[in-house]
Amino acid sequence: MSAFSAIDDDREIERDEYTPGMEPQPTWCPGCGDFGVLKALKGAMPEVGRTPEEVLLVTGIGCSGKLNSYFDSYGFHTIHGRSLPVARAAAVTNPELQVVAAGGDGDGYGIGGNHFMHTARENHDMTYIVFNNEIFGLTKGQTSPTSPKGHKSKTQPSGSAKDPIRPLSLALTSGASFVARTAAVNPNQARDILVEAMEHDGFAHIDFLTQCPTWNKDAKQYVPYKDVNEDDEFDFDPTDRAEAQEMMQETEEKLYDGEVLTGVYYREDDRPSYQQEKQAIGEIPEEPLAERYFDEDYEWERSADLFLDSHK
Amino acid sequence: MTDDELIWRIAGGSGDGIASTSQNFAKALMRAGLHVFTHRHYPSRIRGGHTYVEVRASADPVKSRGDGYNFLLALGDSFARNPQEEAYYGNEEVKPLSENLDDLREGGVIIYDSGLVDPDDVPNFEERVEENDWHVYDIDLRTMAREHGREVMRNTAGVGVTAAIAGIDTSYIKDLMRDAMPEKILEPNLELLDLGAEHVREEYDADAPDIAVPEGEHEEEQVLMSGSDAISYGAIDEGCRFIAGYPMTPWTEVFTIMSQNLPQLGGISEQVEDEIAAAALAIGASHAGAKAMSGSSGGGFALMSEPLGLAEMSETPIVLVEAMRAGPSTGMPTKPEQGDLEHVLYTSQGDSHRVVLAPGTVEESYDHARKAFELAYEYQIPSILVYDQKLSGESTNVPASHFDREPNPSTGKTLTESELAEQPHTGDGKFHRFQHDVDDGVSPRSIPGQENGRYLVTGNEHNPEGHISEDPDNRVAQVDRRLEKEAAIRADLDEDSLLAPHGPEEADYGILTFGSQQGTVEEAVDRLNDQGHSVKALAVNELAPYPVEQVTEFLASVEDAMVVEMNASAQFRGLTQKELGRFGEKLHSLLKYNGNPFEPAEIVEGFETSIVEGGELPGHETKFVPAAGD
Repeated sequence: MSAFSAIDDDREIERDEYTPGMEPQPTWCPGCGDFGVLKALKGAMPEVGRTPEEVLLVTGIGCSGKLNSYFDSYGFHTIHGRSLPVARAAAVTNPELQVVAAGGDGDGYGIGGNHFMHTARENHDMTYIVFNNEIFGLTKGQTSPTSPKGHKSKTQPSGSAKDPIRPLSLALTSGASFVARTAAVNPNQARDILVEAMEHDGFAHIDFLTQCPTWNKDAKQYVPYKDVNEDDEFDFDPTDRAEAQEMMQETEEKLYDGEVLTGVYYREDDRPSYQQEKQAIGEIPEEPLAERYFDEDYEWERSADLFLDSHK
Repeated sequence: MTDDELIWRIAGGSGDGIASTSQNFAKALMRAGLHVFTHRHYPSRIRGGHTYVEVRASADPVKSRGDGYNFLLALGDSFARNPQEEAYYGNEEVKPLSENLDDLREGGVIIYDSGLVDPDDVPNFEERVEENDWHVYDIDLRTMAREHGREVMRNTAGVGVTAAIAGIDTSYIKDLMRDAMPEKILEPNLELLDLGAEHVREEYDADAPDIAVPEGEHEEEQVLMSGSDAISYGAIDEGCRFIAGYPMTPWTEVFTIMSQNLPQLGGISEQVEDEIAAAALAIGASHAGAKAMSGSSGGGFALMSEPLGLAEMSETPIVLVEAMRAGPSTGMPTKPEQGDLEHVLYTSQGDSHRVVLAPGTVEESYDHARKAFELAYEYQIPSILVYDQKLSGESTNVPASHFDREPNPSTGKTLTESELAEQPHTGDGKFHRFQHDVDDGVSPRSIPGQENGRYLVTGNEHNPEGHISEDPDNRVAQVDRRLEKEAAIRADLDEDSLLAPHGPEEADYGILTFGSQQGTVEEAVDRLNDQGHSVKALAVNELAPYPVEQVTEFLASVEDAMVVEMNASAQFRGLTQKELGRFGEKLHSLLKYNGNPFEPAEIVEGFETSIVEGGELPGHETKFVPAAGD
């Protein structure tokens, strides 16, 4: 019998269950794109069929890191840039949890960039939402890894000399098996993409454009947007790596020309997740490791029986 | 200096199989009934470079490397660089012989491989041999090995020569070779072992040197083990089934042992992108319900500062290993030092609260690994095991019965779903994970996926429900609660204390040390008392929470004390003065930081010259720093 009866609970789930009864009101600024992520995530969970107690939402630091303060589930608000290593260990310790990690563009593409590459490479079965507002919000408006070249701020007074990170291309190159971009101004598309991402068996990366009306007033509100999967203007196959790559390049460049392209850019459904790969070589137990510590009948191995002979 | 012991040094280059040959040799002597202790010296390079392993064997228990050694097998360095003497690194070809002569005792034995080493390249070799009454055996082991097997098997021929000279029964060595070697290489190796021995009997007078392997007998079954083995086995017996790491010498040993064994135990090992990730993974795994560990050496541990603080603030139990090596920065990767003590105690922002244990022996490495897990999970706090390349690289015999213990998979105050239902919750059903008023400061926890257990945990200061809070009253209550654990942990450690002074209780003088120097200090103390001095030692291997009472009692009972540690800034003495706030006028330091661990004789000399006679140390190997007051 499982020690985790919240898992695989197949009752009907209401999106309101994800709204905390105590202090449900976020502290984000009026008009902030982060509201859009929260709304889309609450909308997606009932569709995925996950109850609050089988979801672990792991966040980093920044305005985005407050997501799990306003989303009622198991939550771990970690430190700047480190949501992914915490989240992926939880995902291998108990693969039956729905693990979602979230953070901002500084958190995920800057300080946590190395973790992003490696988590994507490992193709962990989890979803990673990056709130991309092209700015550092909580520290009051400094240039971020996704700020456009020439972006002026108090810490880059002559304008940034750096080209911005290409989030979608980076995810693809690193090995993510699902890559999408959506925008806070489009909650329905965002919800659908989140559902698809969570149902995907592997690392699903969503670059979520979240406008910052306080510190990035010059930036667009990410409208109007075009859906590259729906719009006839675009013709590419998101299961084809080369075509996906080309579409991503175009999307990344056009954002800085004022054109907002969104959609699912890449998906690789037949690739086994990290959990599956490790199970196949006997490096992740079939029953979640987390269960064993509640199993009173489990016979724990002793080093004296296992190893001493080789030292005699 | 006694010759009722054999201290055999096998020297060559990295990659020549020195380590495995010496390990088998030590095990054979252990099986023959002797107490053994190994000491390893090697460079940070893959192939070549001055490398040796000493195997000390005696009928009586041995706790340390010896003073120098009495038997050299110089095999030649098959990967030697630049053979010119004026080269920056000197003539490496001859180093297996030349570099090892200073430590060789009078009357000692030298076997060298004349196929690879030319004694004409060793300055004043003949004179030194004569002066020191060394017995020299020049044997072309290389050719012997080539003719009967492969060149790399010259180690085996050298062991055969050693056995014949020292009178060692080769049957134990042969048994070990049969266990370890595939058929194809077994036969030539067995042949070479005998050939080496025969060569000595035919060509030399076997009775010439006054060194023979002593005879001994063990009262119970022994195992040959290193500190790294023992730490790993302790972790496994505590139910640790998750490890994350990044390779770094010497931490890699524990990481390797665990990675090779966890899958067969249904456990998980993750080799990840860096040490920040490694420690963060241990936190994630522990949060999700597993008993988890990570670790590194100095530089990698520096990257763990940030997750270490998160573990303290989020009260996530984890165990970290810090395998010290000489620093700062990359320092000397393969050389032991105890210079990371302050790093381990204080790194990460804010008021640190953690458990720090420094095992002094192989047995204690096992005991402390178990204790580290027990305390981490009982008190929801990070535990750090700090040791060094000395303890990781040395193997010694330990009674097998020491490891005959029951496993303890307990995760501490982790609630079941039915227990969770009885716990306080907010109106909307959130579990109060961080309650203010709880015994020993430990608030019970739930695991994600449990019904009625959901909560938020954060590295920010937080209220009982886990939500971010900067309310002053809550802040003080939470800080006080987390710090309250330290007193409880200290009491827990005192209950079955592993701290035990060594030497006569009423001694006039004291020696304090910590961690891996324990055995060497204790051997020095025995020798000093035999020579008529009155001295006792205490190895303070529990560093946080610091055992104030025990150390105060020890220091109050002696006139003067010498603090022995392997670093240049007397970090352990500083910690002791900080914790006790007194005894500054009694605490003198004996320091060593040249990359080699203390020999017992250096501690004897330091004590006699500096403490008893008040004189100055003549050598440059160790440094004495007199007491400076509080």
